Amino acid sequence: MAVANIQVLETPLVLYALRRADDALILGHRLSEWCGHAPMLEEDMALSNIALDLIGQARELYSFAAKAEGRDNDEDKLAYLRDVRQYRNLLLVEQPNGDFAQTLVRQFFYSAFADLYWRAMMMSRDATLAAIAAKSEKESAYHLRHASEWIIRLGDGTEESHARAQGAIDHLWAFTGEMFAVDESERALIQAGIAVDPASLRGRWLATLSDVVSEATLVLPQSDWMQQGGRSGRHSEHLGHLLSELQSMQRTFPGLTW
Amino acid sequence: MVTVLERDSEQRQRAWNVAASVVDPEIPVLTIADLGVLRDVVVEGDHVEVAITPTYSGCPAMNMIALEIEVALERAGFHQPKVRTVLSPAWTTDWMSEEGRQKLRAYGIAPPQASNSRRALFGDQVVACPQCGSDRTELLSEFGSTSCKALWRCKACREPFDYFKCH
Repeated sequence: MAVANIQVLETPLVLYALRRADDALILGHRLSEWCGHAPMLEEDMALSNIALDLIGQARELYSFAAKAEGRDNDEDKLAYLRDVRQYRNLLLVEQPNGDFAQTLVRQFFYSAFADLYWRAMMMSRDATLAAIAAKSEKESAYHLRHASEWIIRLGDGTEESHARAQGAIDHLWAFTGEMFAVDESERALIQAGIAVDPASLRGRWLATLSDVVSEATLVLPQSDWMQQGGRSGRHSEHLGHLLSELQSMQRTFPGLTW
Repeated sequence: MVTVLERDSEQRQRAWNVAASVVDPEIPVLTIADLGVLRDVVVEGDHVEVAITPTYSGCPAMNMIALEIEVALERAGFHQPKVRTVLSPAWTTDWMSEEGRQKLRAYGIAPPQASNSRRALFGDQVVACPQCGSDRTELLSEFGSTSCKALWRCKACREPFDYFKCH
């Protein structure tokens, strides 16, 4: 690669914002891969629109992180000039699109969380995070409704769509635990009222999932073994491939602008 | 005699009028003042700074709007105008003016329902057709031609139409 990675001074607040920004960017990028390939025009537009919302959220969070860091990084450098090990997103969001069912189950798991999370974050003592949350919670509500309707349609659809949706749920389930994990650096922010404790959202998240999944005639796995690592930069092999595409222009032509 | 303060205040009004006349590139019947995107204009001596707020987080029109504000102000004789983005308080469709709503309807886009509450987001929505006014309409797709719109269809006049989503 032609350009060196930037260094980021990961104070707890910077790290906190980076983790959420990376979630939104990586999931937004994954959804953008459907652009021009979705099974119907309306879905093509829906997935691209959701991608746009997520990338917009990522931009605001990166700008916030850069300001909190107070050095010369900015949203673009944070997105384009960090390598796999510097990315802090959930393993869930970097999982490949797979088939349509897998994309929608991934979206459903994430949006059901994001909807609760952003609503709670509107009470953050940090005014900027609260403002970002106030925008994001409405967007997440639309994303959740869209994904929920598809889970029901796929699960309660044909034998084939049911099997694929159930397969996606079983496959992605182990990546959901990471959403509720809290480490030392986040603990302090939670106590300061800047962040919310995700564990407090888990009950309602599970209730949302159960409602939709049972209406879809699907079942949630019983297993509570969860895969972790994304928050500290230990990723699946998929993220590197994704970043090589996402970052290729800036790595090849440093500072390129449109 | 005109004091400096009065001159700044006059300049501010002029700068506000210039910025307020910039239109949304995707919905050109709406100005950014109609939309509620224009938040503040500050003039200090030769410097002018305009504050705007994004509608949807990822709305690509925001960059375009910022650029057009700068160009409009430059043309009106303000040097090196600055555009700043403010996030708080967050924009909602309630910021849209009544005039803006009427312009939207006349343009063929159903305006957002008045409240941005979650009930309006998730409850049963009745969206009147902007063409014939009928309430017999149905949602075709939650996500339309831009991030702020959904695609609907009128069952009375059979016309499809955009609905500016409640946000």
